Amino acid sequence: MKTAAEVGIAGYGAYIPRPRIATRAIARAWGRDEGGRLPVREKSVPSPDEDTVTMAIEAARGAVARAGCDPGRIRAVWVGTESKPYAVKPGGTIVAEAIGATPWVSAADLEFACKAGSEAMQAALAFVGSGMAPYALAIGMDAAQSKPGDHLEFTAAAGGAAFLFGPPEEALARVEASTSYVTDTPDFFRKQHMHYPEHGHRFTGEPSYFTHSRGASRGLLEALGRRATDYRWAVFHQPNPKFMRRIAAEMGFTEAQIAPGAVVDHIGNTYSGASLLGLAGILDVAAEGDRIFFCSYGSGAGSDAFSLVVTRRLAEVRDRAPLVGDYIKRRQPIEDYGEYLRIARKVRLL
Amino acid sequence: MELPRYHRMRGTLYRLEGSACRKCAHRIFPPRPVCPRCKAQELEPMAFSGRGTLYSFTRVLQPPRGFTNLGTYSVGMVRLDEGPMVSAQIADADGTELQIGMPVEMVTRKLKDAEEHGFILYGYKFRPRLRAAGA
Ligand SMILES: [Zn+2]
Repeated sequence: MKTAAEVGIAGYGAYIPRPRIATRAIARAWGRDEGGRLPVREKSVPSPDEDTVTMAIEAARGAVARAGCDPGRIRAVWVGTESKPYAVKPGGTIVAEAIGATPWVSAADLEFACKAGSEAMQAALAFVGSGMAPYALAIGMDAAQSKPGDHLEFTAAAGGAAFLFGPPEEALARVEASTSYVTDTPDFFRKQHMHYPEHGHRFTGEPSYFTHSRGASRGLLEALGRRATDYRWAVFHQPNPKFMRRIAAEMGFTEAQIAPGAVVDHIGNTYSGASLLGLAGILDVAAEGDRIFFCSYGSGAGSDAFSLVVTRRLAEVRDRAPLVGDYIKRRQPIEDYGEYLRIARKVRLL
Repeated sequence: MELPRYHRMRGTLYRLEGSACRKCAHRIFPPRPVCPRCKAQELEPMAFSGRGTLYSFTRVLQPPRGFTNLGTYSVGMVRLDEGPMVSAQIADADGTELQIGMPVEMVTRKLKDAEEHGFILYGYKFRPRLRAAGA
């Protein structure tokens, strides 16, 4: 898919909260083998005074700072998440208000499991590309939910990133094309009154993550007549280090191409934030002329793929906001599962 | 805090909006209708940058109701770069050594446990500055 008019990413911002819990502390609490193989060493957890909205606000501020635009000209603030603080009441309005984009702005929260953030990117890209808006902000952010004791608890993390789409002359990266690949695949779900999502176990791999990531990636590469070697960098959805590396290798991308965006290795799976945070990590190191391949995945299921080219402006604005690496380095260890329960608010009064 | 007051104060809580005096250029936070220095009423809204330095701080070891989820937490007084002094919670202070004069920056966080209100009270706090401006 291509927009009628050219569109670029004018700004981007990331966020990862400070608290980290070692996955061996989770294993210990559930009587699992601490010495066994755990998917990641530690994962990020929101501080008790943080939620998806506060984290989205900081990422959004980073994006606006890098763009250097008047926030009053941002015509959309769309937050993709599966951890809305309110079941009814948009979080996007709070973010829009905090960055000074209100009142002439469209705002909403989008839900598509881990694909909600890239869905917001598709919508923002189209909003700008159609000429309806000079700027539109897309955010993917999660304080990821997992059932205590479930294997997802070892990776379900917190964080995400924001991308401000705008005119091509202000782009730090130009959007070449995008695609979406979606089918109805019930691999992961949570009903209204359930606290934690359920997943389809073995069903989550081949028919879900791999089929859709492959579908969107191949679709976009074929439409552009490109191969993995035409790209300097690539980022995929990263529920764990293994899935991301398997699909990257299958599509022909090397470890060097995905390394700067492999945020999951350091902080775990940030669900709607994961692929966007990976893209932010790549923009932190990319240089003018670099081509970036992006592919998200969300259960339910589907993938969005984007092809981007970095401009000279990226190096000029990069230091106006913290880098993903700054947030990774900034950490406050939680050693004990009890403190994690308090911080993550998993203790409920019956 | 009651809901109507929270809504009225959103510019102050979310964007650190105060006032600037058109007559004597005095900068005021939170906003006021009359300039405390020259008594002029010609004030205009002004959004502060959110950057400042830590003037003083202390640690709350016995959190009052509505703050228990925070565990122990820090509060402080911040001298904004534009002049005014603000009292606020100091975020992300666990495991960091706070120091008088250290650079801080505004962040938006949940101010109290949501259970107290039914609605979530978001507003400004300050944290040790993550990155020097423009660095
Ligand atoms: Zn005055």
